[in-house]
Amino acid sequence: MGAKLFLAVLALAAFAYVVARARASRAAGGAGAARFHSRPGQHGLYAALLVLISGWGLLFAAGLSSDILIEHLLESEILRLAPGLGAIERALVISDAEALATGAVSSSDDALRQQIAASFARWRFWQVWGLSALVLGAASFALLLALARIRPDFRARNRAERILRRGLGVMALIAVLTTIGIVLSLVFETFSFFANIGWRIDKFLFGTNWTPLSGVMEGRLDPDRVGALPLFAGTFLITLIAMLVAVPVGLFAAIYLSDFASPRTRAIVKPMLEILAGIPTVVYGFFAALTVAPLLREWGAALGLSVASESALAAGVVMGIMIIPFISSLSDDVINAVPQALRDGSYGLGATRAETVRFVVLPAALPGIVSAMLLGMSRAIGETMIVVMAAGQGANFTFNPLEAVTTVTVQIVMLITGDTEASTAAGPAFALGFTLFCITLLMNFAAQRIVSRFREAYD
Amino acid sequence: MAAKAQAEQAEKADQGDQAQAGEGVKITARGVNVWYGENHAIRDVNVDIDDKTVTAFIGPSGCGKSTFLRCLNRMNDTIEICRVEGRIEMDGQDIYAPEVDPVLLRARVGMVFQKPNPFPKSIYENVAYGPRIHGLAKNRAELDGIVEKSLRRAALWDEVKDRLSAPGTGLSGGQQQRLCIARAIATSPEVLLMDEPASALDPIATAQIEELIDELRAKFAVVIVTHSMQQAARVSQKTAFFHLGELVEYGETGQIFTNPRDPRTESYITGRIG
Repeated sequence: MGAKLFLAVLALAAFAYVVARARASRAAGGAGAARFHSRPGQHGLYAALLVLISGWGLLFAAGLSSDILIEHLLESEILRLAPGLGAIERALVISDAEALATGAVSSSDDALRQQIAASFARWRFWQVWGLSALVLGAASFALLLALARIRPDFRARNRAERILRRGLGVMALIAVLTTIGIVLSLVFETFSFFANIGWRIDKFLFGTNWTPLSGVMEGRLDPDRVGALPLFAGTFLITLIAMLVAVPVGLFAAIYLSDFASPRTRAIVKPMLEILAGIPTVVYGFFAALTVAPLLREWGAALGLSVASESALAAGVVMGIMIIPFISSLSDDVINAVPQALRDGSYGLGATRAETVRFVVLPAALPGIVSAMLLGMSRAIGETMIVVMAAGQGANFTFNPLEAVTTVTVQIVMLITGDTEASTAAGPAFALGFTLFCITLLMNFAAQRIVSRFREAYD
Repeated sequence: MAAKAQAEQAEKADQGDQAQAGEGVKITARGVNVWYGENHAIRDVNVDIDDKTVTAFIGPSGCGKSTFLRCLNRMNDTIEICRVEGRIEMDGQDIYAPEVDPVLLRARVGMVFQKPNPFPKSIYENVAYGPRIHGLAKNRAELDGIVEKSLRRAALWDEVKDRLSAPGTGLSGGQQQRLCIARAIATSPEVLLMDEPASALDPIATAQIEELIDELRAKFAVVIVTHSMQQAARVSQKTAFFHLGELVEYGETGQIFTNPRDPRTESYITGRIG
């Protein structure tokens, strides 16, 4: 019913646009007519927007409030008929009654449910007609109002633009509010987790024993078992390995592409690098676990080293490969942003390409390159699939890249996909998530600051 | 006062040089053709550029004057689709010969660009850049000397001597262009190419640059591309008029502007084409 009304309002708006535009252009075209402030299309747009706002707005508001009202009426009727029913049972009766009324399958169909279904059908009948009348009436009224307003001095353009501007503002607000909502829920859950471990934040940040759920199915957590330091160390170790792989390769690839490669090579190589960025991380994950890890193990054995079958090295190397296109394409952008005039100036002084890159291009692009690295790093820190498959699960406090380590993201996955009571497992997961969020936020912030300083360099 | 005295000294030296060196030919171009892809940008140009002389290239936009200038230090090599044919000699040596390294050539033929393009480094580092990469200074004191001499010769020393570590990009447009000139002469080139060096500057800065160009004549062969005929008349001794990729007329500046031989030159100078 809602969808039909929604579409009806849309159709009415389209109609309003056509009619208002036609009327405005007729009025403007008439002999001796005063000069119109707004063009016919703008009058049409204004009429359409007015119809949409009043129709959709009323549909949303009245539809929602009438749903709540019906729910309330049904509940009070159930209470009158069967005073002993609890809240959950009442809700069950109502959903069954709705199913009965619409012909769907219900869990049972006793007399109470039949009666509630009848009332529901009655209320729903009134709701449909009332809502339709209200919405279509308001939309038609808006249409007539807009048509009546078509006069030479009516500023339809300004009005329509104001409505659109507010519409855009609302969209931006939705995005911002969503972000704020997510952050608030992170903060709230993290606080409740810290309250659960008796505010021993120090144990969380610096403890080395991470077995938060062992022996706990529900309720209080042991502060001595939520030491996340091995997780931070593992994340740090893998990120470091990834950056050691990605930064030299990515940066030199970018330098080659921007300053040395012929246009033809560039046209081939650059898209290939971007393809690397398009590979899903889950594919990288099993590539790391099934191809790279056994390979490293073999090499390690040949050298007389014992490499764990899941190692920080395997995960880090593959993660580094994943970040290469990220770093190379961002670096390539900033290197290309260095004005050709600077390169010409350097060549004109008898500098070679290599000297030009080293002494002019790279220093000028350095802030942008650093920020590309920071962005790549925050991706590495937040990356999950590769480490889940290739790094291991045991919270092993080590800096040896040949051993299995675990990361913050892996432990979040383990907590959420485990079979412990969700409300208990969510606590440490949220705390870890919040920590991760803070770190990546700081790094993105730093990257942005550096980039903004970089932008001023050529002005 | 010191600067003025120095300028006078330079002038005397200039006259002395001229008396000694005469006006020998520095660069000889024979049958030069340039293509940008399919576009035939320069058609069969022959020209002799004199040493210790300011030679101006004039002509309407797109006539090939900048392209030809960029042939003289092989800057066109950096453009993929550009093809140069013909023979260009400097001091009798073909600069397009396979054994000539364009990088070393550009140290001998300095270039100043249309838009001031100081590196985003300090004033000192900008000037020291060329000497550093060519290893012209054995130690810091020597480098300091080259930087000071170059800045003095570019008439910028007095304005920047107290802030050599300030960024070169923070100077005014005219100062930036003089910094670029100082940067170019720091490698002690023999020829200085200038591609519309004053077109992005205000009249006062332009006057300063023109005065500077006149002084630079004492040490270098200067080739300047300009779209301003007044500027060519003011600063140059020789003028070449380019039109549609051809060198239409080349001669003494006074003769070109007062008594042009080719009707196209006359049309351009009197403002009928361009």
